[in-house]
Amino acid sequence: MKYVDEFRDPVKARTLLREIEVLAGRIETPEGRPLQIMEVCGGHTHSIFRYGLEALLPGKIELVHGPGCPVCVLPMGRVDDCVALAERPEVIFTTFGDAMRVPGSKKSLLQARADGADVRMVYSPLDALALARDNPEREVVFFALGFETTMPSTALTVLQAEAEGIGNFSLFCNHITIIPTIKAILDSPDLRIDGFLGPGHVSMVIGNRPYAFIAEHYRRPVVIAGFEPLDILQSIWMLLKQLDEGRCEIENQYDRVVLDAGNRQALEAVGRVFELRPFFEWRGLGSIDHSGLRLSAAYAGFDAERRFPLPQLRIADPKSCQCGEVLKGVIKPRQCKVFGTACTPETPMGALMVSSEGACAAYYQYGGGQHGGGQHGGGQHGDGQHGGAEAAE
Amino acid sequence: MAPPRRLSAERVTLAHGGGGKAMRDLVADVFVAAFRNPEMGELEDQARLSSAALAEPGAQLAFTTDSFVVDPVEFPGGDIGTIAVCGTVNDLAVGGARPLWLSAAFIIEEGVEVALLRRVAASMRASAEAAGVVIVTGDTKVVGRGSADKLFVTTSGVGVIPAGRRLAASRVRAGDVALVNGVLGDHGAAILAARGDLALTSDIVSDCRPLDGLMEAVLAAAPGVRAARDCTRGGLASALNEIAEAAGVGIELDEAALPLRDEAKGICEILGLDPLYLANEGTLVLFAPAGEAEAALAAMRGHPAGRGAVAIGRAVEAHPAVVVMRTLLGGRRIVDMLVGEQLPRIC
Repeated sequence: MKYVDEFRDPVKARTLLREIEVLAGRIETPEGRPLQIMEVCGGHTHSIFRYGLEALLPGKIELVHGPGCPVCVLPMGRVDDCVALAERPEVIFTTFGDAMRVPGSKKSLLQARADGADVRMVYSPLDALALARDNPEREVVFFALGFETTMPSTALTVLQAEAEGIGNFSLFCNHITIIPTIKAILDSPDLRIDGFLGPGHVSMVIGNRPYAFIAEHYRRPVVIAGFEPLDILQSIWMLLKQLDEGRCEIENQYDRVVLDAGNRQALEAVGRVFELRPFFEWRGLGSIDHSGLRLSAAYAGFDAERRFPLPQLRIADPKSCQCGEVLKGVIKPRQCKVFGTACTPETPMGALMVSSEGACAAYYQYGGGQHGGGQHGGGQHGDGQHGGAEAAE
Repeated sequence: MAPPRRLSAERVTLAHGGGGKAMRDLVADVFVAAFRNPEMGELEDQARLSSAALAEPGAQLAFTTDSFVVDPVEFPGGDIGTIAVCGTVNDLAVGGARPLWLSAAFIIEEGVEVALLRRVAASMRASAEAAGVVIVTGDTKVVGRGSADKLFVTTSGVGVIPAGRRLAASRVRAGDVALVNGVLGDHGAAILAARGDLALTSDIVSDCRPLDGLMEAVLAAAPGVRAARDCTRGGLASALNEIAEAAGVGIELDEAALPLRDEAKGICEILGLDPLYLANEGTLVLFAPAGEAEAALAAMRGHPAGRGAVAIGRAVEAHPAVVVMRTLLGGRRIVDMLVGEQLPRIC
C-alpha cells in the first residue's frame, strides 16, 4: 500500500536495528540498568506490539508504555456519568467505539445499551451533530474524549452547531492535555525514564515547542515520532544518538506531518471553545492540575455537565491495581499482582487493560514479545492464564 | 393444474404472515417460484429425500444450521441470500461433506419491499446452483415493524461425507502446512464500506461464494488434508485459534505471506481494525501434511475459488494452543481470539 509499506520495510528495519544495537552498547547506565524509553502515546504502544518491535530491540532498551491512551486514563466516576446521561430517556448518547467497553462502577456503555439506553457509536463528532439535526425532539450528547489530537474536531463541531443554531446538541467533555501529565510523570520521585518518544498526532496540533521544558528543566531528550514501525525505530535511534552525544533536545522525526508551530487554526478553535479545568482526575495517576478541558463560558450552553444533573462521584481505583506504577515505568505489566488473573481484557480492573491501546491489554493480547524462542508455557484460552501472563521478566 | 399465483403487493404487511391467501401468494410467487425443484414436490409439510451417496457403506450424514443477519441486507458482491446459502454450504464443505439439500427460513419485517425479497430469493437460487445444492423446504414469518431488521434468514444444510474422509481440527499435527484459498477480509471490509456511515468509498466486493467444489478438488489431490475451517465471523484469527486449541498445537503465521488487498488494508488502517479478524464468506484455511501441501496448493490454484491460494504458516510443537505471527519486521506477536467485538479506535 502506497505511503504505508515504505514505512514497514524489513530491510531498512534491520539496518536501523543494527545501528540501535551499536549505540545502545556504547551508552553507559548506572549499575548497568536498562535504558528506559517512554512512548507517551497509545498509538505507539499499539504499533510496538502489533509489529513485535520490543523483542527486536536489544535487551538493554526497555520501553515504558506511557499514559497516552485517553480511553484508559478515564476515571470510573466519569464513565458512571456517561451511563447516567445515556440512561436519560430524551438522550441519544454518542461515543467513539473503543469507549463503549470501559467499565464504570456499575456498568459500561455497552451494558447500558443492552439495558435499553440509546447509545450510538460514531466515527466523528460531526456524525453526532448530524444526529442532533435529524432528531430535533431528542437531546444528542457527544462523549468528547481524547488528547489534543481529537480536540480540534470537537471544537469545530461546537462552532458548527452554534453557526447552525442547533440547540439539542451538547458535549460531555473529557478532553485531556498531555503536557501537564508528562510533567507529573517527570516530577514523580521514582522516575527513571531516560528519554521520550513524543506523541506524533498530538504534536501535529500543538507543535514541538511545548515540550521544550522537558529538555531544559528535566534534562531528558524527546523525539516526536510517527506511528509506523520504521518511524518508531528511527526515533529510538535518534534518542540514543542524543544520549550518546550527551545532547538533550526536542527533535522531530515525524516532520512529514508535524510542523514546529503546530496547527494554528486548530489551536485557535480549541482556544475559543475550551478552557482548562483547575484539575482533572486520571485513572491510575490521580488528580493532575490543569490537565483537563471544559467548555468555556461562551459555549456553556453546549456543556452536558451544566445541562443535565450528573452524579459526579469520585470512585477510587481498586487497591490491588498497579496501573500508576506501570504508567511511570516502575514495573512492567506482567509484574502487576493482578495482571492476567483478576485483571484481563474480559474483566478489566485497571485502566491499562481497558482499551486495545493500553499497555496491559497489549501485553495480554500480543504476548509482550515473550515468544521469541517459542518456549511458551502452554497458556490456555479462556482461563485467564494467557501465555503472556507468566511472570517471566 | 392451477395457474401460478401472483403477488401484487409492493410491500410486505402482517397479512403476509397470517396463514391466509396473502401468505400463500408470497410463498408461491416469491420463494417457491425461485427455488422450484423436483424435491420440493407437492409442498407437503416436509421434503422427502433419497440419496444413493448416503446409502454407500461408511458414508456419514452431515447436518448444520446457521442464522444470517447482516446490515445492509444488500452489499457489493452479494446479499443476505448469497451468504445464507454460501455460509451453510461452506460449513458442510469444510467438513469434507458434499452438500445436497438446504432449508431456508425467513423472518421478514413488516414494510419490506417485495422486490427486495425477489432479489434475495434469486441470489439464493443462483448460489445454490453454483454450489450444486437444492433448497427443498422453507418457512416464512412476518413480524411487526421494529421486531426484526428487514430480513433474517436461517438455513440448514444436509450433506454426505463419503466413507474414509475424516476432517477434524483435532487431527492437525506439528509440521502441517496452513493454506488459504485467497485474499482475507474482503467481506468484512465490503460490509463496513457499504454501511455508508464512514463516508468511505471503495471498490471492494464481498468474497461470498460456495467452497464445496474447491474442497472436492483439494481432497481429490490431497486426501490426507487434516482439517479446514471457513474464516467467517472473527476472521482467520478466530479459525486458527479454534484449530490450535482443538489440536493442542501451536500455529506460526507469516505476516508477509498473508494475502490482503490494499483496499481492505486501507479500511483497517483508517478505522484501527485488524484484517485478521475481518469476516470472510468465501475464504477457508486448511491444514495439509507437509508431504501433501504442494498438491493441495496446486489443486486450490486450479479451481476458480482458489486462484489466490497461498501457504500462510504451519503448525508447530512450541506454544501449544497459541497462534503466533512472525511480523513483517521479524518480530513476533500473539494472535489471540477477540474479546467481544472489534471496536474502532478513536485515534
